[in-house]
Amino acid sequence: MKLVQTIILKKQPRIIGSYTIVGPKEGNGNFGPYFDYVMKDDCFGEETYEKAERKMLESAVTGVIEKAKLSVKDIDIMIAGDLLNQIVSSSYAARAFQFPFLGVYGACSTMAESVAVGSVLIDGGYFDNVVCCTGSHFSTAERQYRFPLELGNQRPPTSQWTVTGAGSCILSLKGEGPRVTMVTFGKVIDWGINDVNNMGAAMAPAVRDTMLRHFKNTKTSPNDYDLIVTGDLGKLGSEILIDLMEDEGITLGVNYCDCGQMYFKRDQKTLCGASGAGCCATVFNSYLMAKMREGQYKKILFLPTGALLSATSTQQGDTIPSVCHAIVIEM
Amino acid sequence: MEDKKRNEAYNKYVSAKIPKTRPWPTLFNSFWVGGVICLIGQGVNDLLLLIFPSLSEQSAWAYTLIVLIFIASFLTGIGVYDQIGKFAGGGSIVPITGFSNSITSPSIEFKSEGIVYGICVKMFTIAGPVIVFGVVSSMVVGLIYWIISLF
Amino acid sequence: MDIFLTYLIVFLIGGFVCMLGELLIITTNMTSARILVTFVLIGVFLEAVGVFDYISDFAKAGINVPIVGFGASLAKGVIGAVESQGLLGVFTGGLTATAGGIAAAIGFAFLFALIFKSHTKK
Repeated sequence: MKLVQTIILKKQPRIIGSYTIVGPKEGNGNFGPYFDYVMKDDCFGEETYEKAERKMLESAVTGVIEKAKLSVKDIDIMIAGDLLNQIVSSSYAARAFQFPFLGVYGACSTMAESVAVGSVLIDGGYFDNVVCCTGSHFSTAERQYRFPLELGNQRPPTSQWTVTGAGSCILSLKGEGPRVTMVTFGKVIDWGINDVNNMGAAMAPAVRDTMLRHFKNTKTSPNDYDLIVTGDLGKLGSEILIDLMEDEGITLGVNYCDCGQMYFKRDQKTLCGASGAGCCATVFNSYLMAKMREGQYKKILFLPTGALLSATSTQQGDTIPSVCHAIVIEM
Repeated sequence: MEDKKRNEAYNKYVSAKIPKTRPWPTLFNSFWVGGVICLIGQGVNDLLLLIFPSLSEQSAWAYTLIVLIFIASFLTGIGVYDQIGKFAGGGSIVPITGFSNSITSPSIEFKSEGIVYGICVKMFTIAGPVIVFGVVSSMVVGLIYWIISLF
Repeated sequence: MDIFLTYLIVFLIGGFVCMLGELLIITTNMTSARILVTFVLIGVFLEAVGVFDYISDFAKAGINVPIVGFGASLAKGVIGAVESQGLLGVFTGGLTATAGGIAAAIGFAFLFALIFKSHTKK
């Protein structure tokens, strides 16, 4: 039996527009100048943080449509996901629009998953313009996965900071922009880590698996890419990944980086870095897209990872399975 | 079987890789913050006895704890207690103020789900086990004491 | 001078108990709920074996303000109630003795939950 996993796209849909919206803390981070909109506060004028997350996703979609100089009528389908139970934020955000909606969940890898699914749909010739959107909110994730915000406890040194932010992009065959050329769908990998405060270690094996598969199927090596970007492994996770790849005889050099590790400045006290679906979504749709359009990077391998756990599975002592989807973007 | 071995090896590798934090600064912070909270308690107690000399020692302690619980609950409400906690760790968890914080914080957090299903239901998500274990263990002690007193 | 010594002892013992809690957090990665439970149980145990009163006389708020004191009053209450009411005391003693603390915690939590809103961490 042939294991497909990697798809080489024939029509190579283009990312004709991208838009990001982030919270104030993220706006002060390393990628601050690249974001399209920085919120003044995390509530975004709404009563609850959940509603704020919805509104964030909603404005990310309207923002990207505007930025790509399209109108709502031009959009054929929206593919979106987030971290909340039953991906409510995305579904509720989609309620405001008149186009079909596909909800996807890949935890923090959702951005790559939605772009991958969107490109395949376009490549198959069924859709013209696809909106992909992903977001997360620190305060909603914190209360769903961890503790109330006001609880006076300390964060362990391996923990990461969920990004408040949403990113969106439009895939289309018409227009200008970087092309999505290859897609590798990941398998769910579990190497027996059960520490919820150490997501990087739980997710690194998933990247390893997808990366090895991708290099093998496409007959490429790290040197073929200007930049290899992982999602939110964080400081510890990316060090682990470098070790794991070293064991396989693949050296990840200066062209490797991790969104989570780079996201915040050192004095922002986020310990191992950023995480969350919004982390790689906002970096991908702001910094990476801008740099590709400028021509600084010609070929990027983007591999965000997602830890597929729930609060219930953690309490029952289960280990943390993870998944990693890879997409290749070329200018 | 092979997977299990690989997972064990990986877990071992990861725990060796986890950055070791120097424990002394946090231990020191928890020491002095915890000490100060106890000092405040003693101060409140002495003050109460000074103002109301008729109070029995036991009621004075009860009032003291209520005052501390009030202060902690208020500091939680205005968003200060979690910052003390981030700095002091155990120093602000172990005192009775930490108990108060662990009841107030989920109440505030889940306010958005309404008064009954939010505040009231979620109030004990963190402190519930404290009361359950406390009451059950005290019942065990009482039962043992009662059985001994029978003979 | 006497008062100074008392306050010094309160500070040192109170700080030491809290530091033990932090040490547990660092070494075992316990969550705060487990820490609180552990210290309540320690308090119940200390009172049950009759050591707590000696420590309390000496350390005052240093041992009564930490949640250990809460555990001790649970045990103290239950023992007193068993003496006066027999078997019924097993059920009524603990909560009666700690009713003030628990009611205060619930009442103030409810009050402040109505007033305040949770703040995002910086």
